[in-house]
Amino acid sequence: MNSKLIAIIAAIVIVVGALYVFLSKEKEQAIVIDPDAELVFPSLSYRTGPYAPNGIPFADGYADYFTLLNERDGGIGGVPIKLIECETGYNTEKGVECYESTKGEGALVYQPLSTGITYQLIPKATADDIPVHSMGYGRTSAANGKIFSHIFNYPGTYWDAASIIIKYIKGQEGGDLNGKNIALVYHNSAYGKEPIRTLEELAKKHGYELTLLAVDHPGQEQKSQWLQIRRDQPDYVLMWGWGVMNQVAIQEAANIRYPMDRFIGVWWSASENDVLPAGDGADGYKAIAFHGVGDGFEVYDDLRKYVVDTGKAAGDGSNLGTVLYNRGMYAAVLAAEAARTAQVMHGVAGITSGQMRDGMEALKIDQARMAELGLANFGPEINVTCENHGGPGLGAIQQWDASSKSWSLITGFTGADREVVDALIMEDSAAYAAENNISERDCG
Amino acid sequence: MFYRESGDFKATYNKDQQIFTIALDRWFVILFVAFAFLVVPFLINDYWEKSVLVPVLVWSIAALGLNILVGYCGQLSLGTGGFMAVGAYASYKLTTAFPELNMFIVVLLSGGITAFVGILFGLPSLRIKGFYLAVATLASQFFLVWLFNKVPWFYNYSASGMIIAPERFVFGIAITGPNAPPWATYLFCLTIVVVFALIAKNLTRGRIGRSWMAIRDMDIAAEIIGVSPLYAKLSAFAVSSFYIGVAGALFFSVYLGAAEPTEAFGIDKSFLVLFMIIIGGLGTIFGSFIGAAFMTLMPVLFKNIMVGGLGWPTDLVAHLILILIGGLIMFFLIVEPHGLAQLWRIAKEKLRLWPFPH
Repeated sequence: MNSKLIAIIAAIVIVVGALYVFLSKEKEQAIVIDPDAELVFPSLSYRTGPYAPNGIPFADGYADYFTLLNERDGGIGGVPIKLIECETGYNTEKGVECYESTKGEGALVYQPLSTGITYQLIPKATADDIPVHSMGYGRTSAANGKIFSHIFNYPGTYWDAASIIIKYIKGQEGGDLNGKNIALVYHNSAYGKEPIRTLEELAKKHGYELTLLAVDHPGQEQKSQWLQIRRDQPDYVLMWGWGVMNQVAIQEAANIRYPMDRFIGVWWSASENDVLPAGDGADGYKAIAFHGVGDGFEVYDDLRKYVVDTGKAAGDGSNLGTVLYNRGMYAAVLAAEAARTAQVMHGVAGITSGQMRDGMEALKIDQARMAELGLANFGPEINVTCENHGGPGLGAIQQWDASSKSWSLITGFTGADREVVDALIMEDSAAYAAENNISERDCG
Repeated sequence: MFYRESGDFKATYNKDQQIFTIALDRWFVILFVAFAFLVVPFLINDYWEKSVLVPVLVWSIAALGLNILVGYCGQLSLGTGGFMAVGAYASYKLTTAFPELNMFIVVLLSGGITAFVGILFGLPSLRIKGFYLAVATLASQFFLVWLFNKVPWFYNYSASGMIIAPERFVFGIAITGPNAPPWATYLFCLTIVVVFALIAKNLTRGRIGRSWMAIRDMDIAAEIIGVSPLYAKLSAFAVSSFYIGVAGALFFSVYLGAAEPTEAFGIDKSFLVLFMIIIGGLGTIFGSFIGAAFMTLMPVLFKNIMVGGLGWPTDLVAHLILILIGGLIMFFLIVEPHGLAQLWRIAKEKLRLWPFPH
């Protein structure tokens, strides 16, 4: 009896002691939460103007995922998210105004969804210690983290895209591109001109001929370009287009009966809005993608349950699962994960923009984490480092099926020709560093 | 009541011919400029600099330039965006080629280069007039933008064709680039605006300005009384392009920091400046300022009220702003076809007589 009592007391002491030690450890690791803290994510969106058809689904996806985190989890790490939307109209001056008006609110990261605005923000944001995530757009050479400390363009760059497309074409042609003719239809802006140098380098390497066809903003007038394509009959046509330009180009291609499976767009020329107006004519159109398609991912169940069905969605909910909605949501997922990383790294919940930058630089998302987020096999693993802000640089080819009105991935995710792309990144970032007196950071 | 003019006698020719003949006006302007120079730099922050004050100053210079050509000399031009691009690219080439150069000199040289280009495109004005000249200058708009897209030398062979302003200094203080303090860029632009507004005012009051106005009002009569159309028209093109070039250089290097020709210097910029001087008042210096302020500040003001104050959705507000600005332009032009400057002139006449109108 006595020994039983002692045993019970001893057991209680051990359990309580263990719990105490365990809890005190927990306490040490727990993140400090300031009750008034907010995580501010500005959304420089464009819901008006010639680029609105592409800007709206992206902005909706970005907003809805943050709404989901607020509704389901109470924010990130217990801190609620505040999303500030500012309309840029894809215009750089309005973009500057939006940046200046939102940065004082404690903005953590900017995603302007415009290469022109990104170029504007690169020096400004770096000086203000605010990171910029130009996901798959912006200045490609910002992938060199040693020079561009605050600019990130993971999970892929334009030059990766150009290289992967050429690699795919080479595969289609049986491994030989000698004497082939490839035309590039591009938006006559910093965005559209980005891939040219890479395509030229690759032309030297693989021996194809490159024809450049510029389309001026906003891109509704493309008759002469497509007349030239009709006359020259290039073996492949690539497109770097955005906004209304995409729809017009695909329609024109259909009009001249250009074989659609030889017409390949970048990931910004690859949404439902771009192919639907051309109807059956767009069947077989291809594009590169850096993430999965459709709404067959678990996260959509939560999005429907917490956001759309409760009437808190940014749009009318009809965009769920479209390419650009997915991409906006993916951008928000990556931002939220980076914020989470920063919270753990610095041990505070209400992180600052400088801490957010550290989080982005240490961002690691493996497939297990993607599955936890309800996005199993949505995109490749991400592993950002101090040197490499451009991410894995993987892409897959997707194809449009006009009868079922859906995209499907027809290849797996493959990498770019690193030899060519990395050399170009080094060259361009070194030129930027020389022009602006920036010395390389030490990445340890 | 507001204007007390009794006892304000003009005893000398100099006094009679000064810019602001009414003492109260003169003091008000001096106080305003003193406030802008001495007080605002201490209050200014990034938002006021980048979104309000610097844009207004830059567009004011552009409007001044176009007003000299269209308002004073009567030569309709739609090439403003292209000429601004010339100024911007000139300043980019100068700052990257000569890093040690003082920004004031860069801006002035950019203006000079633009003046030269302006004279070239002004040559057709000797043979064609009115709308036909407008079409000829429209060609310059498209040609210049095409040129800056096409020739890689202009953008130093960068991969994207974008030009980025490197950090440059005036007397050791950064004026361009991300680390430029707001007060410095503001004072830099303000100094240029004040100096060039004074020059413009005096040019238009003197012999050259009168020859421009003579050409504007009736070119054949002007030629008969001895005004040389060649000299008058080309000097108007040169001075106007100089101003627009200066505006373009500031627009790119101080205000935006990065630009690409198609988007930053497109045809819409040409129309924007033309609207500024039509709203402000053709053939007035004051009108250039008030027109530029109207066209740049109204959208920002409406946006801040409707998005920041009322919390309306951003896309709705963007569309509403278009409607409101358009409505306001129509309203003011119906009320006073000669622009806001004329409205102010009428108001001033009334105020001078008030409270005893006759």
